[in-house]
Amino acid sequence: MKILDRLNRIPWWLFAIIFALLAAFYFVLTTQSFRASFDFIIRGISITVQTTVYAYGIALVIGLVMGLGRVSRNPVFSNIARFYVEVVRGIPMLVLIFYISFVAVVDVAGLLGIEGRDIPMNLRAIIALAVAYGAFMAEIFRAGIQSIDRGQMEAARSLGMSYSNAMRYVILPQAIRNVLPALGNDFVAMLKDSSLVSVLAVRDITQVARLHAGSTFRFREAYTVLAVLYLSMTLVLSALVQWLERRLHAGRK
Amino acid sequence: MRAASKAIIEVKDLYKTFGKDIEALRGVNLSVERGKVVVIVGPSGSGKSTLLRCINHLEVETSGEVWVDGKQLNEKNKDINEIRAEIGMVFQLFNLFPHLTALGNIVLAQRVVRGRSKAEAEEIGMQQLKRVGIAEKAHSFPAQLSGGQQQRVAIARALAMNPKIMLFDEPTSALDPEMIKEVLDVMLDLAKEGMTMVVVTHEMGFARAAADEVIFMDEGLIVEHGPPQQIFNNPKQDRTKLFLSQILQH
Ligand SMILES: Nc1ncnc2c1ncn2[C@@H]1O[C@H](COP(=O)(O)OP(=O)(O)O)[C@@H](O)[C@H]1O
Ligand SMILES: [Mg+2]
Repeated sequence: MKILDRLNRIPWWLFAIIFALLAAFYFVLTTQSFRASFDFIIRGISITVQTTVYAYGIALVIGLVMGLGRVSRNPVFSNIARFYVEVVRGIPMLVLIFYISFVAVVDVAGLLGIEGRDIPMNLRAIIALAVAYGAFMAEIFRAGIQSIDRGQMEAARSLGMSYSNAMRYVILPQAIRNVLPALGNDFVAMLKDSSLVSVLAVRDITQVARLHAGSTFRFREAYTVLAVLYLSMTLVLSALVQWLERRLHAGRK
Repeated sequence: MRAASKAIIEVKDLYKTFGKDIEALRGVNLSVERGKVVVIVGPSGSGKSTLLRCINHLEVETSGEVWVDGKQLNEKNKDINEIRAEIGMVFQLFNLFPHLTALGNIVLAQRVVRGRSKAEAEEIGMQQLKRVGIAEKAHSFPAQLSGGQQQRVAIARALAMNPKIMLFDEPTSALDPEMIKEVLDVMLDLAKEGMTMVVVTHEMGFARAAADEVIFMDEGLIVEHGPPQQIFNNPKQDRTKLFLSQILQH
């Protein structure tokens, strides 16, 4: 029985995926036609990574500010935050990317006296993803802040700390720790959603794969390579997030 | 004139309503002189916590006045943080900051509110931890401490701000019986040193030993108040008698 228990606890699915990935990589790199596709598509990797990392960083800031707005007692601040979150979350990601890149960015640029056309698509893609994900992150931060016992704020205030100092030194350190896994998962999600910016002709791996497939008609090769690339990145990152989660759990005891 | 009285806490005709119809306080008058220890008793839901929380404005009164050390607390008061820094509060569930060590808990507000240097705040923190008898736990996190130890850290945290007043809201009622004494001993010492204290507790031993005045509250009102012997031995009101007979049975 014990042996069966142990066998059940082994994450077979993970091994299966890792094995499949290794096999896929081996196959891709040793097969002439796949190898050619791989060499072509991998050139988009730096755009994919850059777009994700920059957009994620900006989304973190937007999310934190808007999350603080969601729990703020200042009606102006909290209503702005609520408005932003509700609007953004009610629009499909793809539509949002079109709208922000081709309408919002151009309008804002116009207000600032910049020619909309001068703003590169890569930057528009980053802004669009950041604005979209900022809303999700705002809700993560809000939930994190609200998960902290009311007594923490009261204890801090009773010592004479201002609301913002109590937030900064008492509430946020605990809240952020609690939401790290959720934020990590959002990074993985964003990496995948970064493929949507290919609709802006931004040359990330998805766009490069589409171009490659279209010009060579090697659809099978192009999209297999593309899927394997995403899967290997997301798996590694997910494993990292889970490891982090377990460490945080252990640290709490 | 009122302002010339010796009272450091002055509560006048205080009403507090939650929502539409929960009347937690229904006209409370209270005056606490410097250096006195006031113990508040009363059944659950009688408004004891609410009264205490109005004294440092964790709760904002619906009407009436709260004066602390000659200053009136009101919503527009920009000095509220300064006033609060003079009022230490100890909670039933300790409310230590779990991400900071015992010493870190005591250092934080000293630095942020009092503007003390790290070295100074730590020195004062260690003194306070010694005072409550757990200097050796300075670098432990709250989760590694027993309830009694956590509550003593919470008291040290409040004392490190050099408050003029200490408020205690049932500081021992979440503790295992064997830990109650270690916390009460610290409170008794504080009372002997002349700290002004308002204590909500049902520890009658503490009330008899330390209280200058005992207040019995029920349904948002002060029903009876007086020296501990009078309240405990010769209560005048039937409600007080009933309440005392109930808790003394335990
Ligand atoms: N934040 C709150 N919201 C609504 N009702 C409250 C709140 N705090 C206290 N009350 C109510 O006010 C009354 C007095 O509560 P409290 O002061 O906590 O009593 P005690 O400390 O004597 O047990 C109770 O009826 C309680 O339910
Ligand atoms: Mg209470």
